Amino acid sequence: MSSTNQADLLPALHRLQEKFGYIPDHAIAELAKAHNMAQAEVVGVIGFYHDFRRTPPGRQRLRICRAESCQAMGADALALHASTQLGVEFGATTADGEVTLEAAYCLGNCACSPAVMLDDELHGRVSAERLDAMLAEGRGV
Amino acid sequence: MTQRIFVPRDASAVSVGAERVCRTIENEARNRGLDVEIVRNGSRGLYWLEPLIEIELDGQRIAYGPVNPEDVLGLFEAGWLQGGAHALCHGPSEEIPYLKRQTRLTFARMGVTDPLSLEDYRAHGGLKGLERALDMKAEDIVDAIDTGGLRGRGGAGFPTGIKWRTVMNAGGGQKYIVCNADEGDSGTFSDRMLMEGDPFCLIEGMIIAGLAVGADTGYIYLRSEYPDAWDVLEDAIVTATREGILGANVLGSGRRFELNLFKGAGAYVCGEETSLLESIEGKRGLVRAKPPLPALQGLFGRPTVVNNVITLGSVPWILAHGGEAYKAHGSGRSRGTLPFQLAGNLKQPGLVEVAFGMTLRELLYDFGGGSASGRPIRAVQVGGPLGAYLPESRFDLPLDYEAFAAVGATVGHGGIVAFDDSVDMAKMARYAMEFCAIESCGKCTPCRIGSVRGVELLDSMLAARPQHSNDDTLLRDLCQTMLEGSLCAMGGMTPYPVLSALDHYPEDFGLSPKQEEAST
Repeated sequence: MSSTNQADLLPALHRLQEKFGYIPDHAIAELAKAHNMAQAEVVGVIGFYHDFRRTPPGRQRLRICRAESCQAMGADALALHASTQLGVEFGATTADGEVTLEAAYCLGNCACSPAVMLDDELHGRVSAERLDAMLAEGRGV
Repeated sequence: MTQRIFVPRDASAVSVGAERVCRTIENEARNRGLDVEIVRNGSRGLYWLEPLIEIELDGQRIAYGPVNPEDVLGLFEAGWLQGGAHALCHGPSEEIPYLKRQTRLTFARMGVTDPLSLEDYRAHGGLKGLERALDMKAEDIVDAIDTGGLRGRGGAGFPTGIKWRTVMNAGGGQKYIVCNADEGDSGTFSDRMLMEGDPFCLIEGMIIAGLAVGADTGYIYLRSEYPDAWDVLEDAIVTATREGILGANVLGSGRRFELNLFKGAGAYVCGEETSLLESIEGKRGLVRAKPPLPALQGLFGRPTVVNNVITLGSVPWILAHGGEAYKAHGSGRSRGTLPFQLAGNLKQPGLVEVAFGMTLRELLYDFGGGSASGRPIRAVQVGGPLGAYLPESRFDLPLDYEAFAAVGATVGHGGIVAFDDSVDMAKMARYAMEFCAIESCGKCTPCRIGSVRGVELLDSMLAARPQHSNDDTLLRDLCQTMLEGSLCAMGGMTPYPVLSALDHYPEDFGLSPKQEEAST
């Protein structure tokens, strides 16, 4: 499939993250060896991509689109609402470890703005009330 | 006889409830003992009507939408399977003006077929282009693309034929076809729709490209934000391989084409072609300096075609119908059609495939129906986050690569985002710089440092207004440096939204009257 070992690194990182939710420190040396790279290079690749994280995420990942189309339909207010309700800044996880709040820059759902993604589930035309209901459902309330 | 009901599986339709509507219809039909078959089609692209359900009746499809789960009982009660009247009924789908006024070439099957049915694909003209290409010499395939005047639909508008010819003539040995499916531009979703709604079309286009340039291996670099497109493509590749369309013996021709699906990892800049190649190679997505062109030294140092999803998706139609037929559409040097994407504050957002040359005003009002909020449309961003903001005085501009370039704007990937008069254009300019700061690959200074300085400058301007008047000399100077000194479009085009906002909406920046006069 590829001419160098390194070319398999991104798929390997995706598999690891799918399994653990993040890239654990102890995996770095192993990855470096398997892909014929220096550990620093592996860390460099992980750091470049927004998807990969080095610390465990919350049980759920809530991504709110902050891009132009969603802004035109009230995404800023929705983002503020989410941040206030959850009591965390973007990029952080709630104290109970339930939800990690992240910004997304376009989810490809621009004709149904504003859009959010809860784990891998896309939602469109999201109001503050609907966001609350989604989060409550996610918590099993 | 079994009656067919079409419920879209498109991610956007599902995001507003299509899945729940589907289950409700299934249950209700079962309870009533009705003989129905639910087909999961792609979206027609009339997103304000999603979930848009279609009932097949006497060979016609009747549209209902937007259908919520709580509407389903009433629709059955109204006898929708027999064409009964209902407030949500829009009549025959093909007769809805939004759809009827379009010229659907690349999106001809969109919403019509079951995306994963190869039978459907063949029945609606699929594989005709590939079959024809297999009987042609490589030069003749490239000639057909040249004749059609197809240009890169990712945004740059580079002639596809020239790119292909360069790779074709780049000697022997390993070559690659790479599909750029890292559709990161906000306000755009046509790539996603095509991959979810007509995946065999993209696969067919990539095989034809391979035949033309002598490449036997392809990669689709798909952004991780599109998990549904991933699932559909994975399925479609399995089917295409099983049916002998992909693999060692394409349609029994003895020609080989293998296709790999590669997942991105949330970096916007990887939509830049050289950054994308670095990413497939397992590296940080740093932009490469050009030359060498990817056409000569691309993936793993080998000659590579890098084309956008819509570019490759337009190829089967051109091969099936001929370059002249494609060229017959369009205006000036912008030939053929572009699937425009209407988004933001519009009453009727959606996918509109029309020939180049239509004006922005027609798209915004005749198709888009004006703003969703009912307030005047004040600004429109065309071509994604690196595209210019256009005021109403520019709405009569024809959508054409050259006409847009002439006023410092870009058609880009065809994304059109409307804002009403509540928009603060100084904040949008700040957002453009902030986005660049977040997504810059960091290789060149104008982009890496310039974007951060841009945010700081705009922050101070935002803080100073409205009490004090601002001066935009420094900001304009910074924009000029980024425009001229950046390695790629990320830093090189971020000034487009900033400068256009300054030019057309100086009042939002608290600029002193002198400068307002100078810029009008």
